[in-house]
Amino acid sequence: MELTISIVTGFMILGALYAIHAKDLLSSVIACAIVGYSLVICFLLLKAPDLAIVQIVVDTITLIIMVAVVINSSREESYSKLDTQGYVSAITGILIIVILLYFFIVSIQTLDILGKSSLRMAKYYIEGAAQKTGSANLVTGVVFDFRGYDTMGEAIVLVTAVLGVLTILRLKGKK
Amino acid sequence: MTIIVKKTTQLIAGMVFMYGIYVIVHGHLTPGGGFAGGVIIAGSLILVTLAYGGDFLKLVKEETRTTIVESLATILVITIAVSGLLFGTKIFFNNFLPKGIVGHLVSAGVLPLYNIFVGTEVAASIFIIFLSLIIFKEESPK
Amino acid sequence: MIAYVMCFILFLVGLYGVITRRNLVKIAVSLSIMEISTFLFFALIGFIDGGVAPIVDPADPARVYVDPLPQALVLTAIVIGLATTAMLMTIIIRLYRKYGTFDIREIKNLRG
Repeated sequence: MELTISIVTGFMILGALYAIHAKDLLSSVIACAIVGYSLVICFLLLKAPDLAIVQIVVDTITLIIMVAVVINSSREESYSKLDTQGYVSAITGILIIVILLYFFIVSIQTLDILGKSSLRMAKYYIEGAAQKTGSANLVTGVVFDFRGYDTMGEAIVLVTAVLGVLTILRLKGKK
Repeated sequence: MTIIVKKTTQLIAGMVFMYGIYVIVHGHLTPGGGFAGGVIIAGSLILVTLAYGGDFLKLVKEETRTTIVESLATILVITIAVSGLLFGTKIFFNNFLPKGIVGHLVSAGVLPLYNIFVGTEVAASIFIIFLSLIIFKEESPK
Repeated sequence: MIAYVMCFILFLVGLYGVITRRNLVKIAVSLSIMEISTFLFFALIGFIDGGVAPIVDPADPARVYVDPLPQALVLTAIVIGLATTAMLMTIIIRLYRKYGTFDIREIKNLRG
C-alpha cells in the first residue's frame, strides 16, 4: 500500500514540476488539473470514497474557471533571462526548501508507520457513532453532528466568497 | 456551440441533475452528502449554460434569482441549527428529531434536512461565481 | 514513512513555484498544488491497515473502520479551497483587464 501511494505521488511531483516550468499557460493549467485527478486515485486507495467524489467535481470546476481566465489572453510566459532579482529569489527558495525538508524529517520520527494509527480519538468516534447520530455514513455523522460548527463556518465562508466575486466583477452601477 | 454539443447536452443534463439529487438525499446511507451533491447539481447547470450560450438564457435575471435562492438556503441552515436550542435540551446544534433504525431512508434526525439545504446553498454559490464570469466577459467593452 | 516525505516534497515544489515565478497564473497554480498536498497528508494520517470505508453495516458489528475524523476535516477544506481559488482568479482577470499583462514585475513598476 505504501509503495503504491509513493509511486502515484511520484507522478504527481513530475506533473507539478511540468506545470511550473511550462511555456504555454494553457498547458500549465491542464497539468494542475491532472495533479488533482491523481489525488482522486490516492483517495480511493486510502478508502475514502466521500473525498474522491468531492475532489473530482471540484477539480473539474476549478479547471473551467482557470481556462476562462487564460483562454482570451496572450498565452505565453513572456520573459526568459535571469537578472539579479531572479537569482536572489531562486537562492532564497532553495535555502528555504532545504531547511524545511531537514526539519520535517526530524519531526516525523514520532509518527507511527503508515497503517498503525496513533490517534486516540478514532476509537471513541467509531464506537458509538452509529447509535448516537443514527446515520450509517460515519463521515456525514461527524461533519453535521459532532462537528457542526465547522460546517456552519464553511457555509458562511462560501457566502462571503460569492459576495467578494460579485463586488469585484461589477462593471455597471445601479441606474 | 455546434449541434453535436447541443444534442448531447439535451440527453445528458437531466440525468446529471437527478444523480445530484440522489447523492444529496442518500447522504446518510452511502458516500456523498450535501457538498458532493451540491457541486454535481452546479455542474449540470454549468453544462446547460455553456452549451446554449449567453443570450439564449437571459443571464442577468438568472443571476438575481440565484442569489435569492442562496441567501434563503443559508438562512434555513442557521434556523434549523438554532431551533435545536428551543426544542429538546438547551444545546446549540442539537439533533432533536427521532433517530430511526440505522440504514433506513427516514432516519438520523435532522441530518437529511441539513444535507438538502447545504447542498442547495453550495450549488447556488458555484453557479453564481460562474455566471458573474460570463456576464463580465459579455459586458466589458471590446 | 516514505509516503509522508513524498507528500511533503510535493508541498515544497508548490512553495518553490510561489517564490520564484513571475507570472500570476503560475502563482495561482502553485498555490493549488500546495493545497492538494495538504489534503493528501491528512488522508494519510487517518489510514488504518485492513480497514474499510467508514459506512456502518448493521449486520457485521466487528469490522475495522478507517478513521472518519480527518476525512471530515478534508471534506470542508476542499470546498473552501475552491472558493479561495475562484476569488484569486477573479482578481487576476481584473488585473489583466487594467494593465494588459500577467507579469508582476511590470505591474509593480506602473505605479498610479
